[in-house]
Amino acid sequence: MPKDQGLVSWKDLAPGMYILEPGNSVKFKTGDWRAYRPVLDKEKCIKCGMCYIFCPDLCYKKDEEGYFIVDLYYCKGCGICAANCPKGAITMVLEEA
Amino acid sequence: MGKKIAKEVSIAIADAVAQCKVDVISAYPITPQTHIVEHLAELVNNGELDAEYIPVESEHAAMSACIGASAAGARTFTSTASQGLLLMYENLFIASALRLPIVMVIANRSISAPISIWNDHSDVMTIRDSGWIQTFAENGQEAVDLIYHAYKVAEKTLLPVAVNIDGFTLSHVIEPIELLDQDLVDKYIPPLRMKYKLDPKKPVSIGAIGIPEIYTEAKKAQDEALKASYKIIINAWRQFEKISGRKYQSVETYEMEDAEVALIIMGSLAETAMNAVDYLRRKGKKVGLVRFRLWRPFPLRDFIKSIGKVKALGVVDRAVSHCSTGGPVGIEVRSALYQSNKRPKVVNFIAGLSGRDVTKEDFIELFEKTYEALSKRLKVSYEIYGVKE
Repeated sequence: MPKDQGLVSWKDLAPGMYILEPGNSVKFKTGDWRAYRPVLDKEKCIKCGMCYIFCPDLCYKKDEEGYFIVDLYYCKGCGICAANCPKGAITMVLEEA
Repeated sequence: MGKKIAKEVSIAIADAVAQCKVDVISAYPITPQTHIVEHLAELVNNGELDAEYIPVESEHAAMSACIGASAAGARTFTSTASQGLLLMYENLFIASALRLPIVMVIANRSISAPISIWNDHSDVMTIRDSGWIQTFAENGQEAVDLIYHAYKVAEKTLLPVAVNIDGFTLSHVIEPIELLDQDLVDKYIPPLRMKYKLDPKKPVSIGAIGIPEIYTEAKKAQDEALKASYKIIINAWRQFEKISGRKYQSVETYEMEDAEVALIIMGSLAETAMNAVDYLRRKGKKVGLVRFRLWRPFPLRDFIKSIGKVKALGVVDRAVSHCSTGGPVGIEVRSALYQSNKRPKVVNFIAGLSGRDVTKEDFIELFEKTYEALSKRLKVSYEIYGVKE
């Protein structure tokens, strides 16, 4: 058997691979694609929300203190937040295997 | 029973499509096109057919519109040929993978270059692996009957069906054709009810990404669906026979009971080939003819059965598969035989490209060449027949 296995049996797929449960893409973990993880330095952060605006996957959410915090369940590690942070408060750190 | 009326085959096909009560017709109205969609446009315009007619900007869009309409639960139709089919190409695979019961007529014609509008099978053979159910008509009556059959099959299998008719030699000729009575059509093809469709009240997602962990499973499911369609196709023909008296099967045979040598062909040229069979039979030669009506799913068992005990088969292809091991049909036939114990000699001819006539005399010669294969060793795996050196 090949190393990569199917997620579900072909017999359990809806015809045409239709997705019958609306909005179930929120369950889909994309965080495991990541090679680099964004790490926020709260000392430098001015809570401007540029990371929140630019994140293509809407991974950033505002916390109670007003900081924008990344959700690592979805973050693919593209680094757009780090590249757009005006204060250099986000650094991309290599994920350890 | 209906009455036989002399009609252009394209017009008769359009009338049959209208009888099937299509909801949406989408087509691009310029060359290469036939009178099929032109006549349907007239029927819609005159209020004789209650359907949405979408005159799109290209065949790519025509198939896209059919995909959208079909996904919303509409009974759809389109027709094209040649370059038009090639412009649809990427969407054809989407239609079948999304299990949309679209029906399309292809008036088979050659593809450029050189520019040509005449008949052969080079267009449809490019979509051989597209996952569409594909049938081939021999004459006008069969073309019309295959339309009814196509809707019956498409909507039961949730797979698109391409009905192939030879460009010009079928699409533009007038033949005596009998349409089914409307009440029989209504019984044969009940209103379309799709279990899953684009419906705001019951939303589904169609066309999602297939990551490596699911793509293989999706393709396996599609393959099994096409395989399972065979029984539905055969049953639909049986039901059709009951209401029309006209019998159809996946592989048609002519004088095959005791044949030693046979030709294999698809489409309207079979009628000429049968004349050659009659002629040679009168001369005492045991020759026969095999014709594929169903091309996808490939009717493997029916084909193996159809050839009986022939010693040599001459496959007449109407398309070139440049520098492969044969024409598309020839390759398929050789591969199919390898899955059986039968080992006739197989000679593969490519003939009748772009409207070049293949006459009764040509077929007699093709039979003779196939006979030669019994005693001679083949030097080439296929031959382009009738080339002027």
